[in-house]
Amino acid sequence: MKVQLTKLAHARSGDKGDTANIGLIALREEIYPILVREVTAERVKQHFKGICQGNVERFELPNLGALNFLLHESLGGGGTLSLMTDAQGKTFSTALLRMEIDIPDEEALTFDLQG
Amino acid sequence: MKQKVRIAAGQGFWGDLPDAPVRQVEGGPIDYLMLDYLAEVTMSIMQKQRSRDPSAGYAKDFVPLMNQILPACVERNIRVTANAGGVNVEGCADAVREVARGLGLAGKLRIGLVTGDDIMAKLDEFLDRGIELRNMDTGVALSTVRDRIQSANVYLGAAPMVAALNRGAQIVITGRATDTGLTLAPLMHEFGWAPDDWNKIAAGTIAGHIIECGAQCSGGNCQYEWRNIPNLASVGFPIVEAAPDGTFVITKHEGTGGWVIIPSVKEQLVYEMGDPHSYITPDCVADFTTVRLEYEGRDRVRVFGIEGRPATNTLKVSISYSAGYKAVGTLAYSWPEAYDKAQAADRILRERLDRLGLKFDQILTEFVGANATHGPLAGAPSPDLPEVQLRVGVRSENRTAVERFTKEIAPLVLTGPPGVTGFAGGRPKVEEIVAYWPALIPKEEINPVVDIIDV
Repeated sequence: MKVQLTKLAHARSGDKGDTANIGLIALREEIYPILVREVTAERVKQHFKGICQGNVERFELPNLGALNFLLHESLGGGGTLSLMTDAQGKTFSTALLRMEIDIPDEEALTFDLQG
Repeated sequence: MKQKVRIAAGQGFWGDLPDAPVRQVEGGPIDYLMLDYLAEVTMSIMQKQRSRDPSAGYAKDFVPLMNQILPACVERNIRVTANAGGVNVEGCADAVREVARGLGLAGKLRIGLVTGDDIMAKLDEFLDRGIELRNMDTGVALSTVRDRIQSANVYLGAAPMVAALNRGAQIVITGRATDTGLTLAPLMHEFGWAPDDWNKIAAGTIAGHIIECGAQCSGGNCQYEWRNIPNLASVGFPIVEAAPDGTFVITKHEGTGGWVIIPSVKEQLVYEMGDPHSYITPDCVADFTTVRLEYEGRDRVRVFGIEGRPATNTLKVSISYSAGYKAVGTLAYSWPEAYDKAQAADRILRERLDRLGLKFDQILTEFVGANATHGPLAGAPSPDLPEVQLRVGVRSENRTAVERFTKEIAPLVLTGPPGVTGFAGGRPKVEEIVAYWPALIPKEEINPVVDIIDV
């Protein structure tokens, strides 16, 4: 079944120059492996098509049940150069939470994720 | 040696809640008040202020704040670390000294000044000697913007602040110093941590990272169950309660709003993070993948297990340079067909700009209410949006072009699609862009200076 990330994780995002960072944090410890499996750098790059012009890097923080993504060339030049409302990438966190991932129904039941 | 040191964060940025530091001092016991005033481009703003007024160039708010809290700080021996000095640490310290004298604190207060971060006067010498100060993000050499540079400051670490504290300074005022150093320095001073005790230095650094954005770790901007966060109107700013072994608790004063929970601390831990294995500061390389969190009580999260590695042999330089001009114009379109009308207005505006032959490095149109935050991810907006704000920004090296653009916004009200308002602010303002240029410099090139003033 398809599950939106907002049911599985919370997040915070920020900026370093023209790079946005998104920390994606599993709502429960047992959800973290699903995030690791499904929310790959490639999927995130695809998700932010038209927004992220550069590459996407992913780092794992199993100790926090979190993934950190760096989305390069995403903030219209970054800092004061950017004309964007969200020049600091603050809302990239919730933009990522829009992503839908596929989870086998059985697994979803184990985690009590009803759609 | 103390077995517990409490460091309270009072400002997450220059312009944060003015009363927050006062509430940190008055709301319960603390040993240190940490105030972070400097964002990446703040130094250039301060440089500009100082060029108009030689006595300016620092965080002005800091002085009335000291006037308000110094008596309590002296009475209860609360020490203050603040990067409020900006590009004029001496001016800031002089103003604080005057305030302290006015409060009758002569002979009772020692101020420490940390300088040596300003390398503006040495830039040409560095460039001549082959220190290129290439942009860390783009790899471009600094010589390409040399004639447009407005300020150049090195991020200093904890060491000079520790020296000031060791010499008895109750208030330590720095220029460009790292936010994390403002928290780490008191811990090194109190617990006698060696600068190469990497795990402890990393722990103090991560403690600083958690509280450096103020309430952003204690309920502010917290996505996790945001509806259930109690009393954000009186949000408590964070406090680090650190132990000599490098473990610490994140908490806040009793009776304040917000919450300190594991998810709120996690959200701040990942904020503005790069490679979590290597969080590089002047003091160490901290490893965020070693951080462990557990509850120690209500609004108390214990942080432990932190490991660090030796510091690198470079320091980060924050250079600001003039990078052209920009302006942003907005108009509000109302129901019916608000989005269609805003889109039509944008097409008309662009046709007019084209006809004028204006060249911009960038034009960006956003429709606030439809796609300004999530862009294409927001999907097609509802056909029946009650209102949409058209927001068009332009950027150019050419000031005249940007000025001409600002004259094309309000006329859309009488010469474009109907149902439009929101032009009362008049023409958009043309803004000079001061851009940020991050670079690295060998540590041995920089000599921090510590001075002491007795009030």
